[in-house]
Amino acid sequence: MFAILWKDLRIELRTKETFAAFLLLGLLTLVVLSFAFDPTSALREAAAPGVLWVAVIFAGTLGMNRSLLREREADCLQGLLLAPVDRGSIYLAKTAGNLLVMAAAQVVLVPIFVFFFNLPLWLTIARLTPVILLGLLGFAAIGTMFAAVSLRTRAREVMLPLLVLPLAAPLIIAGIQASAALMAGNDLSAVAHWLNLLAAFDAVFLVVGWLAFEYVMEE
Amino acid sequence: MTASNLTDRLLPPATITALLGALYLIFIGVPADAVQGPVQRIFYVHMAMWLATFSAFGLVGLASLLYLWRRSPRWDNLGRASAELGLLFCSLGLATGCIWARPIWGTWWTWDPRLTLTLILWMIYAAYLLLRALATEPTQGATLAAILGVSGVVDLYLINRAVYWWRGIHPAVIVNREGGSGLNDPLMRVTLLVSMLAFFLLFLWLLRLRLRTARLQDAVDDLRAQLAGV
Repeated sequence: MFAILWKDLRIELRTKETFAAFLLLGLLTLVVLSFAFDPTSALREAAAPGVLWVAVIFAGTLGMNRSLLREREADCLQGLLLAPVDRGSIYLAKTAGNLLVMAAAQVVLVPIFVFFFNLPLWLTIARLTPVILLGLLGFAAIGTMFAAVSLRTRAREVMLPLLVLPLAAPLIIAGIQASAALMAGNDLSAVAHWLNLLAAFDAVFLVVGWLAFEYVMEE
Repeated sequence: MTASNLTDRLLPPATITALLGALYLIFIGVPADAVQGPVQRIFYVHMAMWLATFSAFGLVGLASLLYLWRRSPRWDNLGRASAELGLLFCSLGLATGCIWARPIWGTWWTWDPRLTLTLILWMIYAAYLLLRALATEPTQGATLAAILGVSGVVDLYLINRAVYWWRGIHPAVIVNREGGSGLNDPLMRVTLLVSMLAFFLLFLWLLRLRLRTARLQDAVDDLRAQLAGV
């Protein structure tokens, strides 16, 4: 499992393609969504957490396809499946890889977000980190599983968001609500129920993905 | 086989009788609601849709699980047929809900938790059907769709909690769906039961028809494969 993770990370470190794509897409979404709100109004401040999450989710859905598509393009998928490891471990490795790449992109994206929305930098980062990490974990869990599913369909780029977004609805709602509450100055205990929901979502979809990957990957 | 034949023979007349009975009760038999007036009569149809919808989506989850376990095409056919019918009844439920909400709540749509939940459900099962249509290979599509079917049911509780908390912070437009009127008249309760029964029977009937079509389709595919082999 760690070998797969290490291999993916090394590819990523050398090419940086998923990272760059994720980052630019996230940035672009931030900018485009800023157009949607009057830059001077209070509405924009209220919309800020939503904008961040939409950027994360949007970029994530598009970026997540890469990790498995890369295996297929290089004809490595067969080899990976023939390797004497449990399919569940492949899933966990791919999920961890996606999580790390997305988290790395967040390290750049969140400060940019803070910059655009004129927020206090360290305060925002300190407050949002746990929410974003929990959200990214769940999103990587569900995204990796359904990236594998959509790999098996025609029109796979369209299929992935269609599958993931409705299922990730609790994650998106919880992420936005928790971020909004934290940015409004509430402390962590005020959003404990959202964090619990995020953690439950992570746990559920890690288990579902771990169990289901066997079925997804069979020929 | 005889039991199945008997069901096939009895289900259509029973459904039609119940539907006619429900129509009579809704439009003529039952007294109009004291507060909402005749508009409230749509409630009997609206509520009946949800019984069919949730039975159908429940069946999808069950059939998906059984398919992953047993790998029998029977479960796959059941899953697909229920998903299609569930989506049909869900759409009708949403539509009747909107028509009812317009005069009573003054808006076609609110982000009430139940409405949100239903809309998300609708999207999950629409994706389920699309996934089957776009799968590169039918058996693989069945497996993938089954995974989505199970995930959907697993997710249901989380979606439910999320939308309730989400809207719970703000005052909901309306909390009590029956507008505080309740079903005080016993005839109202009878009408509701008859209507729910009628649409549930309709669901079962359509499900059987759909399953038979699926079986015939499978048989045709088999024959075609045999002929191509010769």
